[in-house]
Amino acid sequence: MTKQPASGFGPDLAEVFGPSQQDGGPELIQLLTPEGERVHHPDIDVDFPEEQLRGFYRDMVLTRRIDTEATALQRHGELGIWAQLLGQEAAQIGAGRALRPQDYVFPTYREHGVAWCRGVDPLKLLGLFRGVDQGSWDPGANNFALYTIVIGAQCLHATGYAMGMQRDGVVGTGDPERDAAVVAHFGDGASSQGDVNEAFIFAASYNAPVVFFCQNNQWAISEPIERQSRIPLYQRALGFGFPGVRVDGNDVLATYAVTQAALQRARDGQGPTLVEAYTYRMGAHTTTDDPTRYRLSDDVERWKLKDPIARVEVYLKRNGFADEAFFDSVADEADQLGATLREGCKAMPDPEPMSMFDHVYSEMTEELAAQRDGYAAYLESFEGAAVGGGH
Amino acid sequence: MTQKITLAKGLNMGLRKAMENDPKVLIMGEDVGKLGGVFRITDGLQKDFGEDRVIDSPLAESGIVGTAVGMALRGYRPVVEIQFDGFVYPAYDQIVCQVAKMHFRSQGKSKMPMVIRIPFGGGIGAVEHHSESPEAQFAHTPGLKVVACSNPVDGYWMIQQAIASDDPVIFLEPKRQYHADKAELDDTVTPDPLFTSRVVRTGTDVTVLAYGPMVKTVMRAAEAAASEGKSLEVIDLRTLSPLDMGPVLDSVRRTGRAVVAHEAHVNLGMGAEISARITEQCFYSLEAPVLRVGGFDAPYPPSRLEENYLPDLDRVLDAVDHSLSF
Ligand SMILES: Cc1ncc(C[n+]2csc(CCOP(=O)(O)OP(=O)(O)O)c2C)c(N)n1
Ligand SMILES: [Mg+2]
Repeated sequence: MTKQPASGFGPDLAEVFGPSQQDGGPELIQLLTPEGERVHHPDIDVDFPEEQLRGFYRDMVLTRRIDTEATALQRHGELGIWAQLLGQEAAQIGAGRALRPQDYVFPTYREHGVAWCRGVDPLKLLGLFRGVDQGSWDPGANNFALYTIVIGAQCLHATGYAMGMQRDGVVGTGDPERDAAVVAHFGDGASSQGDVNEAFIFAASYNAPVVFFCQNNQWAISEPIERQSRIPLYQRALGFGFPGVRVDGNDVLATYAVTQAALQRARDGQGPTLVEAYTYRMGAHTTTDDPTRYRLSDDVERWKLKDPIARVEVYLKRNGFADEAFFDSVADEADQLGATLREGCKAMPDPEPMSMFDHVYSEMTEELAAQRDGYAAYLESFEGAAVGGGH
Repeated sequence: MTQKITLAKGLNMGLRKAMENDPKVLIMGEDVGKLGGVFRITDGLQKDFGEDRVIDSPLAESGIVGTAVGMALRGYRPVVEIQFDGFVYPAYDQIVCQVAKMHFRSQGKSKMPMVIRIPFGGGIGAVEHHSESPEAQFAHTPGLKVVACSNPVDGYWMIQQAIASDDPVIFLEPKRQYHADKAELDDTVTPDPLFTSRVVRTGTDVTVLAYGPMVKTVMRAAEAAASEGKSLEVIDLRTLSPLDMGPVLDSVRRTGRAVVAHEAHVNLGMGAEISARITEQCFYSLEAPVLRVGGFDAPYPPSRLEENYLPDLDRVLDAVDHSLSF
């Protein structure tokens, strides 16, 4: 427990957020240090085959490339906006690779790395931010729901989906091919929303197979985590009646191991877990944000030393798990992916104007059809005349 | 003193003035402090008035409005910023069940002098939930007053008047105009009262009614129409609840024709109410049915289609021609 300050009942902020906690505090689960040293944890540990380690590296490099390409495309006017994941690659790849095919994911708007793990075409992510659609992947095909922009709403959806799994008898059967669970992604800021807290209540009440995966990247746009919580976020879970853990979100090994354990608990019918992936938003909130208005670069510099990709690279090299040819091939693959994204994005056609009337209902109503037809006739009346040139 | 200002600047100056004049005025919302809000409307206010008066709230709209209710009960005048139109809904319950009804429930003993500022409307190329026009959902609720500013000078005055109001005011700001045009502000004049509409262009053939972002579009349409010999009278409604029908009815009695334009969906939008009232109150002056131009009755589309979705100059002129064809 945190000490009470003399003047009131709140916890001592210096203890919760001060220097002793800067690196996540003593409870932080870590398997690979920022220096690339493999450490062990008494409760949570996994033997990682070399191939899996190389896979993590490749996933993170390619995910980062998606992110940097998208950021550049936004700068060139090809995307309206982009939500960068820079710095959060390990949290997302660790969480994404811990999934089984039958598990289901509810993302926010920043889970590009998880989308990658689920096999969602990154061009489809760009489509949303370009403004050609609002998410064009088939959620059922990848077991990956559409991005949710309204903060926190998806945590309730995830919980309800998990309750559906319970009723379908795919929880706690002991069959690894069958037992399933759900991951709800959300941010530190989102932890303040009513929906998120209600999701905790429902999941606890029904023992729903859901993992609440919070990427605490320390910021909700300009507001630091201290504005949202006066205890480490993972500790909140206890008050709702389920376990919470804090994992080094810049450590892909630890994030994988912790998420896998939490997912297994859920699949086994033991209910929800809150995983707080302790990480940092290295970039702006989105490409329209200017973080120099509200945060010091010292923090960013300090977190640079904890880069999620660099530590895996060091670990692979030092132990001879990967050779130069491997690193070169990943770099080439990233370049190719970048080129594919650039070309694919620029070639993406604008949607047909009439498509804005589609899919409002499962069947078009007569009154909407009349509105659509009226608009089509109106557009046709311009044919031959210069559109927008007056009347 | 006069100076040229944008809408963002006008609102910022108006907020500052209100805070200087009344120590009970508070600002609450997400990112309103150091960042100055995502649109910079509260820029510099926390620095000058402190964290007790410019409050960066936790990320929870129901929490923000709910605590603002408590602040109001305690004698403060909270000005709440909702970051984008589409994010007001988590607070909808607090707004319609608590903010709107407190005065009625308490038989006037508890006032709710709260302003809820909402950047609204489209045209900025944003992703979903960032371009909506929810005004009718609030205008439909007794107990709430709803206003929309359309230009920098009104922004400056109307925000101060809304803060001074003892009733809760939903204050709609056309976000695509924030940093667009500048206008000359003379802060020595006496502004029009808050809950009044205003004729912004006189004309004789058709009355066109608009508010918020559509005022600019309609003014441009009126210019285009003039070059074709059609004379449009344009009214900036400014207040949506209560409506100020006086200037509207006066105008329609002269022109015999009316077109209402808004970005919001046409179905049960403000245009429906306004057209019903015109029909009820000056039926015998009408030469044509009151026509509505607005967003289609589909969710706001992906931004690459928003130019198709949003009523533009041509669609306003099309409605004007239609009106004149009767
Ligand atoms: C209901 C709602 N309110 C406000 C917003 C605007 N908004 C978008 S992202 C964001 C901050 C989110 O912070 P956090 O949950 O920590 O996630 P992060 O962006 O850091 O990944 C805000 C306030 C929103 N999308 N939805
Ligand atoms: Mg965050």
